[in-house]
Amino acid sequence: MRSYRQIFFSLVFVCAAAITPLKAQDTVTISQKGKAFSESSVTIKSGAKVRFVNDDTVAHNVYARIGSDKEDLGLQKPGEQGEISFDKPGKYRVRCAIHPKMKLTVVVE
Amino acid sequence: MLRLTDIVSRFKYLPVVLVGAATLMGIEQGAQSQQADDALRALYQRPDAVPYPEDNPYSDAKAHLGKLLFFDPRLSGENNLSCASCHNPSFSWEDGQKTSVGVPMTRLGRHTPTVLNLAWGELFFWDGRAESLEEQALGPIASSVEMAQDLDQLVGKLQAIDGYSDLFEKAFPGTGITLENVGAAIATYERTIVSATAPFDRWIAGDESAISDAAKRGFALFNGKANCVACHEGWNFTDWGFHDIGLPDDQDLGRYEQLDIASLKHAFKTPGLRNIVERAPYMHDGSIRTLEAVVQHYNHGFVQRETVSESIFALGLTDDEVADLVAFLHTLSSDDPAVTYPKLPN
Repeated sequence: MRSYRQIFFSLVFVCAAAITPLKAQDTVTISQKGKAFSESSVTIKSGAKVRFVNDDTVAHNVYARIGSDKEDLGLQKPGEQGEISFDKPGKYRVRCAIHPKMKLTVVVE
Repeated sequence: MLRLTDIVSRFKYLPVVLVGAATLMGIEQGAQSQQADDALRALYQRPDAVPYPEDNPYSDAKAHLGKLLFFDPRLSGENNLSCASCHNPSFSWEDGQKTSVGVPMTRLGRHTPTVLNLAWGELFFWDGRAESLEEQALGPIASSVEMAQDLDQLVGKLQAIDGYSDLFEKAFPGTGITLENVGAAIATYERTIVSATAPFDRWIAGDESAISDAAKRGFALFNGKANCVACHEGWNFTDWGFHDIGLPDDQDLGRYEQLDIASLKHAFKTPGLRNIVERAPYMHDGSIRTLEAVVQHYNHGFVQRETVSESIFALGLTDDEVADLVAFLHTLSSDDPAVTYPKLPN
C-alpha cells in the first residue's frame, strides 16, 4: 500500500517537473553577474518575456532595439530586475547601455 | 579541595595547545589570504595574443599599409594632419593637449584618447559612436572639424600617389584602394599598438621586487577602499563602459548624445590606464592636469547630480593613500619600443 502511494506521488512529482519547463518558456530569466549576461544567446517563443536580474555588485541598464522602438529597462541597481516582451519573430540584440561588452542575442521563433 | 597547584598542573599544556591552535589558524588564514591574492592577480594577467576580427584578419601587408596611412597627412583635406598628429606615440598615442586641434586650427571639445590596446575595445570614441575600429578609423578623417577630408575624394587622392596602388593590392588582393580598405588597414595597424610589459606586470607574474611597497598598498586601495576597480578592471584597466564621473562640465552629454538612455547623460568611455603617467592631461575634457588631482576628484571633488555613477562616492582617502594610489599608477608605464616614422609613398 505504502509503495503504491510512493509511486503515485513520484508520478505527480515527475509530471510537475515535466510541466514546469513549459511554463518557464513564457519567461526566461537571464542573470547579470561579473558584468556579463548568464547566456550569450537565448531562444524563446513569440510573446514570451526575458527577465533580467541584476545579480552583480554594480548597476546595469539593459536595453533592446525592437524594430524602430527601444526597450529600455532603465538603471537597475544590484538586486533589481525587469522584463522585456518579444512579440514578433526575429533576432534581437540586447545590451547593457553602461557596459557594452554585455551582449545577448534573443532569437524569437 | 582543589589546590592552585592542581589547577596549574591540569592546564599546564593549555598554552602549548593555544599556541598550536593559533599557529594552525594563522596558517589557514595565510593560505586563504594567499588564495585571495592569487585570485586577484589572475584578474590582471595580460592576454597571450592580440584578437583580430574574422572579417578583418591580420596580415603583415595590411598592418604595414595601415601604418603608412596612419602617419600620412595627405589623408586630411589640407594635407597637413595625420592620425598621428593627435595620436602621437611620443605621448603614448595622445597629444598632451587639453583638447584636440582640428584641420582649420579649431580647438575641439574633447581630449584625444589613446589608441593603445584598442584591439580589445568595444564601441569607440569617448561617446562610443563607432561600432568597430574599422568604422572609427574613418571618422576623424571625414570629420569637418578634424582632418576634414571629403571621403568621396580620398580614393582618388590615394590613387594619384605612386606606390599606394601596389600596397593596397598586396594587402587586399583584388579590391585595391577603397574606403573600406583604408579603414581596415588603419584598424589592423591600430590593433598592433599594444602597451609592453610594465613593472606592474612583472609583479603580477611573481617578481615581488618589481614595484614598491607604496605601489602595492595603492593596488590594494585600487581594488578596495578607492573602488577604482568598479570601472578600471582587468589588465588594461577598463570595462570599456560609459559612466558619469561627476565632472563639472554640464554641456557635453557624452554617450547620451548617441543613445538616449537617461543613465548615459554625461557618461563617457572608461579609458584604460596603461602608460597613464605619459597621457596627461586627464579626463574626456582634459580638465585635470595631474594624477594626484584625478584621485582627489574621485576622493571628494566630483559634482552631485542624478546621473553620477553608483560607483562614485566620497572615498575618505588620506593624503598618504592618495600618494599610494599614484605610486601604483606609475607602475603601469611600460618601456614601449620606439616607433619610427615610416617613409611614405611619393
